[in-house]
Amino acid sequence: MSTQASPTQANPTQADPTQTTNAPGERHAPRFLDGVGLIAGREITMRLRSKAFLWSTAVLMLAVLASVVLGSIFGAQETTTKVAVVAGASAVVDDNPALEPVAASDQDEAERMLRAGDVDAIVAPAASEPLGITVYGLDSPPDSVVSALSVEPTVELLEPAATDPTLAYLVAFGFGLVFFMSAITFGSTIAQSVVEEKQTRIVEILLSTVSARALLTGKVIGNSVMAMAQILAIAVLAILGLIVTGQRVLLGGLGGSVVWFVVFFAVGFVMLAALFAATAAMVSRAEDIGSVTTPVTMLVMIPYFLVVFFNDDPTVLTIMSYVPFSAPVGMPMRVFLGDAQWWEPFVSLAILLATAALAVWIGERIYRNSLLRTGPRVKLAEALQG
Amino acid sequence: MLELHDVTKRYGERLALDAVAFTVGDGRLTGFVGGNGAGKTTTMRIILGVLAADRGTVTLDGRHVTEADRRRFGYMPEERGLYPKMRVLEQTVYLARLHGWTPAAARRNALELLDRLGLGERTNDTIESLSLGNQQRAQIAAALVHRPEVLVLDEPFSGLDPMAVETVQSVLSDAAASGAPVLFSSHQLDIVERLCDDLVIIADGRIRAAGTGDELRAEHGTERWELLMSGDAGWLRQAPGIRVDAFDGGWAVFEAESDAARQAVLSEAVARGEVVSFTREHTTLAQIFKEVVR
Repeated sequence: MSTQASPTQANPTQADPTQTTNAPGERHAPRFLDGVGLIAGREITMRLRSKAFLWSTAVLMLAVLASVVLGSIFGAQETTTKVAVVAGASAVVDDNPALEPVAASDQDEAERMLRAGDVDAIVAPAASEPLGITVYGLDSPPDSVVSALSVEPTVELLEPAATDPTLAYLVAFGFGLVFFMSAITFGSTIAQSVVEEKQTRIVEILLSTVSARALLTGKVIGNSVMAMAQILAIAVLAILGLIVTGQRVLLGGLGGSVVWFVVFFAVGFVMLAALFAATAAMVSRAEDIGSVTTPVTMLVMIPYFLVVFFNDDPTVLTIMSYVPFSAPVGMPMRVFLGDAQWWEPFVSLAILLATAALAVWIGERIYRNSLLRTGPRVKLAEALQG
Repeated sequence: MLELHDVTKRYGERLALDAVAFTVGDGRLTGFVGGNGAGKTTTMRIILGVLAADRGTVTLDGRHVTEADRRRFGYMPEERGLYPKMRVLEQTVYLARLHGWTPAAARRNALELLDRLGLGERTNDTIESLSLGNQQRAQIAAALVHRPEVLVLDEPFSGLDPMAVETVQSVLSDAAASGAPVLFSSHQLDIVERLCDDLVIIADGRIRAAGTGDELRAEHGTERWELLMSGDAGWLRQAPGIRVDAFDGGWAVFEAESDAARQAVLSEAVARGEVVSFTREHTTLAQIFKEVVR
């Protein structure tokens, strides 16, 4: 003990060379933003080093490119429907550009072809019917065949809709999918990163150096930068693809809405990232991330399904464009459709910003109060109270 | 000088720390000893500000410890952890930079320290690829890379082989020699006894004893004497003011009522035959610990 103290004790001048004084300027008091920058930088470096991340990004890029290219190929084609024509009905089908007739010797052969999937419908003569034919489908009425054979009156619209509904559907699907994929990918990344720090306990060392707020901010910024970079890469790729395949018409209509999408996504993702980080901080093991982040995942999935199913319903779209969690998808969609007044995106963005600020505030509270609590899942009420 | 005053912490109904107070002097290696669940880890977390105390203060040189002060603390938590997929050097440099070091200086510090800890060959390996012992060394590097001015280490010696124990001992001694207060906990009482200048013993959230080894021995150790002589020492049983605790032929351990009684024993022994040794029994830390926490 004191009588057995190490020799260096008696002679402080023999201090370890690694404890020498340092050149001035090599060290300064750590500042909040320096810490945030380092933490964000680490998140990005580690993500770029992950093979899984690089591969999934490559696959996503390829999917975007493929859909643009395929869109141009199929868009150029006339679609025809194969029908089996039973002898006697051919006069009705032969001149129809939308139908591709396949001759069948009798009703039995035609039914075999239909059941085998070789044709989509059967057109057979029926003397008793007013049109002289009957159309057979397999399990549902063959609407495309029926409409091809129907006689339609000429339709004139007084106020034609600006956009083609098919195109509207594709754009809705595109916004929805990109938002959904990016938010889930980077949301779960941030959740894993939080739990990794908890599980390995490095968080104790980190918290003795930087504040929980700096840690959370760095994580959110690092992952938001990555998410934005991915979104921008997708946007650039899609636009280049559209130009190369000559689909300029589509491009012209999309421009403004894509810009709004990027702006809304940036804010919306920060909000989601804070919520993902906060909920993940409540558990201590990687296996529990899925269950604890489910509510946040739902917030990401619901807008995706809503925009896919209700992109032709102005009421639903209007509500979506103001609810913060669906605004990143809903408002650009309405801008694209031309439904939104010029001021509407700004109002919605203000609501989103306010909600994001609230989410970050609550998220930081939960995060700070849960980070050092290991073992069973921290109850939400306790995490909020501290 | 790091001082704790009246530090109290409750977890629900349980009183984890009850008015804990002790001092870690500048340049003093202070051992923090206690059973499992005695409150060592909670105390250390409070010193580092990772946990808030319900009451009480932690001061450094008489001033309340601030966030800025704590950036100059080195901390090794009880449960180990570094980023598994980061490389050893990269991780150590990252932690130094979080503490405010420039990239070049952080790298230089990290390389020097890793080399000294025997990880010079492993700087580009990921943490998860290291053996447990080497992970432990990396953990020590993480606590020291920013050249802390106060060290708080929770069980720095657990899981180390004897070589590594020696390396870490010398690193800690050097840190103390440069004037830093060093507090570390350990279950390995022999290491604590060999290494420490001061001791703090905690049990059930209360400080039971604190001071230098000699002070603790004087206060809590029983004063016993050991005699080894040629011939039989049976006469000791009849000696005035003497209580024999153990006896075997020419060897005996006894307590003496007074210095005079003890001196009388020695004279008598010399008169009766050849005295091989006559020493004060060294009370080990383990004995003091058991005595104090009982």
